[in-house]
Amino acid sequence: MMKNCEYQQIDPRALSVSPSSTQSHTETKVQRSRRKWEVFPGKNRFFCNGRIILARQSGILPLTLGLIVVTCGLFFAFDCPFLVKHLTVFIPVIGGVLFVFVVTSLLRTSFTDPGILPRATPDEATDIEKQIDTSGSSTYRPPPRTKEILINQQVVKLKYCFTCKMFRPPRTSHCSLCDNCVERFDHHCPWVGNCVGKRNYRFFYSFIISLSFLTSFIFGCVVTHITLRSQEGKSLVQSIQESPASVVELVICFFSIWSIMGLSGFHTYLIASNLTTNEDIKGSWSSKRCTEDSGNPYSYNSIITNCCATLCGPMPPSLIDTRGFLSLDEAIPAASASELELPPFTAKNDAHMCTQSTKDVLERMVHSYDIHDLCPPGTPKTTPLGLEVSSTAAPSTEPSPSAGCLRQHALQPMADPCPPFSRSSKRRDSLHSINPAFRLASPSPSLSHTTLILGDAPAIGFIPLP
Amino acid sequence: MATEFHNLQELRHSASLVTKVFVQRDYSEGTICRFQAKFPSELDNRIERTLLEETVKTLNSYYVEAEKIGGQSYLEGCLACATAYIVFLCMETRYEKVLKKITGYIQEQNEKIYAPRGLLLTDPVERGMRVLEISVFEDRGSGSSSPSSSLSSAGSSAR
Repeated sequence: MMKNCEYQQIDPRALSVSPSSTQSHTETKVQRSRRKWEVFPGKNRFFCNGRIILARQSGILPLTLGLIVVTCGLFFAFDCPFLVKHLTVFIPVIGGVLFVFVVTSLLRTSFTDPGILPRATPDEATDIEKQIDTSGSSTYRPPPRTKEILINQQVVKLKYCFTCKMFRPPRTSHCSLCDNCVERFDHHCPWVGNCVGKRNYRFFYSFIISLSFLTSFIFGCVVTHITLRSQEGKSLVQSIQESPASVVELVICFFSIWSIMGLSGFHTYLIASNLTTNEDIKGSWSSKRCTEDSGNPYSYNSIITNCCATLCGPMPPSLIDTRGFLSLDEAIPAASASELELPPFTAKNDAHMCTQSTKDVLERMVHSYDIHDLCPPGTPKTTPLGLEVSSTAAPSTEPSPSAGCLRQHALQPMADPCPPFSRSSKRRDSLHSINPAFRLASPSPSLSHTTLILGDAPAIGFIPLP
Repeated sequence: MATEFHNLQELRHSASLVTKVFVQRDYSEGTICRFQAKFPSELDNRIERTLLEETVKTLNSYYVEAEKIGGQSYLEGCLACATAYIVFLCMETRYEKVLKKITGYIQEQNEKIYAPRGLLLTDPVERGMRVLEISVFEDRGSGSSSPSSSLSSAGSSAR
């Protein structure tokens, strides 16, 4: 029998009653108070009881550390004795200082919270929903994904993040690898194993600058070493045979120098113009995209001020409060949310879902009539686009949309329909060709839209009105 | 209509939460932390406009002070850079000091102004500096609090 889902906004007043009613239940359930890092929704790993934060995939951080330690170890063991004897004792001293700088900057970059924004509380998410759904109509319209604001007399679009359920502040981006919104998001660096954002950008910059100095210093010293050895009446080949470690260091340094120095130069340019890698790559403020009198609204229009603001500006504290204790009313939704989350919903699945044929999608939508309340939480992994919402095509977001429902009994993985509008032209062509069929399969525009706001508390959800 | 509470403890014990009002961030001057001075309409009959605006203005000035790029922040930055940022592990930054001041200010405002009117401000730091959350309470003893209980029963039956 066909059952239609009903969209119903959850009243925040209903929410507030729940903690008190389930007070006795939680007291038995939560024996010890947990720290907030234990229920952190993003894909991060925590060590030392919440003091150290890392991305889930540590990437090639061990390789980076290994390369640095091995190269410096070989340098100190094989080149320094010779150079100290022939030149000066300051060589290992300088090398040591640079090494300390490099390693501490690297560790600080990797282990510091890059500026993660905590996800919106259910009350906030409801409030935002209320604000954008101001028409008050019975059919559920999808909320607009962008909000335009004026920053320094320039129009900037704020995008809505479906995972974090909030309009992202300017310069904030959602990292798909860490599944967090990060303030002043620069990029996710696999070498460092963490995102680079507002709070650790200066550590990252000092890491690459000191690494450039270190690699050039070691390269120079090793070349000097081999040159001096060969000047003592031996041939070059003989000198190399006497000190094979130097060749290893030479090779490593030679290949690293180009990339590291290039990166340092690039980031120096970014700092001087107060840009992030993300903005530069997207060309958000380039002259091609923008009109004549627009540019970077965040720039202070002075290289020195830009540098000082980015590198010597105030250090904001971490907003996620990893070591705080969970209050009782936070513990319940967090605990049940973790029960609901299904492991299959990783980035891979989302990409897979997005590339499925629309035919499958249509079939599934027909099935969705029967399993109206079996919508599992899913999380979009990529940045949502500003969508053109049209009444004809089924509106959904570019990343795989999450279908959220009220606290429900069984959970079956239901793939979500892919959006008709996307950046890839291939997808667009295939969808346009079967657009009429797509429209037919979804009698009510409200039902075809499965992009719902999913709260961390299972009580939050929106079901489509018939 | 406005319920009277004499202190925060009384508020928490005897009142039930009706709704939460959110004051959003104002990004017109960039990414600096600043809250909108617009008065939310839901609080029209709960508190005087000027009081809330004054609180928001003071909070904004505190944030400006915290994020000011000037002599002290440069000194802090250069010192940190010179010590390979180890100094951040030992020392409290200026930003953190100002945030502590803000917490104290909000506590004081809650006790003096907002709790007697059945409102409670939540420190923006606890909400990721995105919103200034104002919880609106209603006295449980009074008859006007029935809407919340009836809604909860309606909500549970719908499931």
